[in-house]
Amino acid sequence: MKGWLRQDGRKGIRNVIVVAYLVECAHHVARLIVDQSGSANVHLIGFPGCYPNDYAYRIMRAVCTHPNVGGAVLLSLGCEGFNREELADAIRGSGRPVETLVIQEHGGTRSTIARGVDAVARLQQSLAQQPRTGIALTELVIGTVCGGSDGTSGLSGNPAAGRAFDRLVEEGAACIFEETGELIGCEDVMATRAATPELADELKASVEKAARYYEVLGYGSFAPGNAEGGLTTQEEKSMGAYCKSGDSRISGLLKPGDQPPRGGLYLLDVVPDGEPLFGFPNISDNAEIVELIACGAHITLFTTGRGSVVGSAISPVIKICANPETYRKLSEDMDINAGRILAGEATPAQVGDEIYRLVLAVASGAPTVSEQLGHREFILTYKQFEPIGPACLPVTVKG
Amino acid sequence: MDKRILLLHPADNVYVVCQSLGGNEWLVTADGDMLVPDAVAVGHKIARNAIVGGQPIIKYGVPIGSALRDVARGEHVHLHNMRSDYIASHARGGKRALAATASHH
Repeated sequence: MKGWLRQDGRKGIRNVIVVAYLVECAHHVARLIVDQSGSANVHLIGFPGCYPNDYAYRIMRAVCTHPNVGGAVLLSLGCEGFNREELADAIRGSGRPVETLVIQEHGGTRSTIARGVDAVARLQQSLAQQPRTGIALTELVIGTVCGGSDGTSGLSGNPAAGRAFDRLVEEGAACIFEETGELIGCEDVMATRAATPELADELKASVEKAARYYEVLGYGSFAPGNAEGGLTTQEEKSMGAYCKSGDSRISGLLKPGDQPPRGGLYLLDVVPDGEPLFGFPNISDNAEIVELIACGAHITLFTTGRGSVVGSAISPVIKICANPETYRKLSEDMDINAGRILAGEATPAQVGDEIYRLVLAVASGAPTVSEQLGHREFILTYKQFEPIGPACLPVTVKG
Repeated sequence: MDKRILLLHPADNVYVVCQSLGGNEWLVTADGDMLVPDAVAVGHKIARNAIVGGQPIIKYGVPIGSALRDVARGEHVHLHNMRSDYIASHARGGKRALAATASHH
């Protein structure tokens, strides 16, 4: 595998230019710059809000300095609350070229687009000169999410993703699973896998926080439709999502934007701290994918039953289809057919090995299906978090 | 093993049905032939071995609840013969603990 070495020592498996709007008012200009650049290597990202938010700033900084990113163009209207100077300084400080365009100062839509297209061209030239270097599996961060789940997700797609995670963790990669709201009922089982007793308490507390949060929002997790699909209990339903994590020891708990300090398996706590303030923890699957990328994920494994088509800006998404019927309908959007497990044609371990091999291929530059189709979704909204506690990343853990 | 059922974990005492069963069907398993008297839909569970009432139901290698009564090998395992053992952690010992337990079962 070959990658791009960044100043902080991390390595990227892609070398993209991000064009980031810092308020919705700059979205159109940013999009046209990306369109007119005519390159699949230029990705549109952004934050729509006018009011400043520490979380949004932290995530934006983390994704703009993600190892898969080689340079950035920032699009500001001029009067929004986002601290564009601090962001540009952080990107520049990470050794990446960055240009900031302020629409109110550059003569409006047409002039700013023209400047933006020039800025992207300059960055492309600078990126073309960056040498590639060897990248090892131990330098990779792999995330997993599920979306559009159905009764098959917990039988084929998620167990297979879990087997792939086991193998990746064993060989030294950092792997991240998330969505604590879908772990309600298996917190005690999960806690037994924690590297230290203190981490076990943190893992349980993160699920309790999620349970309280969803209760306030008025959403119970176990619905009548689940029983029709053969699920009998809350803990059974959650185990179906939880099994994406595999069987490895859990090395730590992260919050969005935290980087795993070494190889191992990590839980990402995506539920905001404090009283529910900005609505749902994550409003769609891509919001979760962005948080995984903010934690350094080079690739995201996305398991689906009903069938999602999304990819992501910055880091490739590997889509794993759990349901054989869905695969027949949406095969053009799927990388892996885990539904073969239900047809008795493969075991979770075999599909897990297939996922593992695809991770290596994608890390070596092979495009995923969603990359080929031009899917580069990105969404970032308001949230609030407290920093993780000292027990969340035990220093005694060996990789 | 019969391709219509799946063993998710070696420690499990239930199989998961992955192709629907019509009732009174014999399935070949590693532990010998097994009669499934009921029609069972995809995603539902059947007992891999006889389970004594009160014993845990094991799926994914962990308890997902317990048997309400004795369950025979090959029997459909669902709301009628098993229940959750889960009490929300944040409700344990708190005011809502009793109410949550009562409404859950």
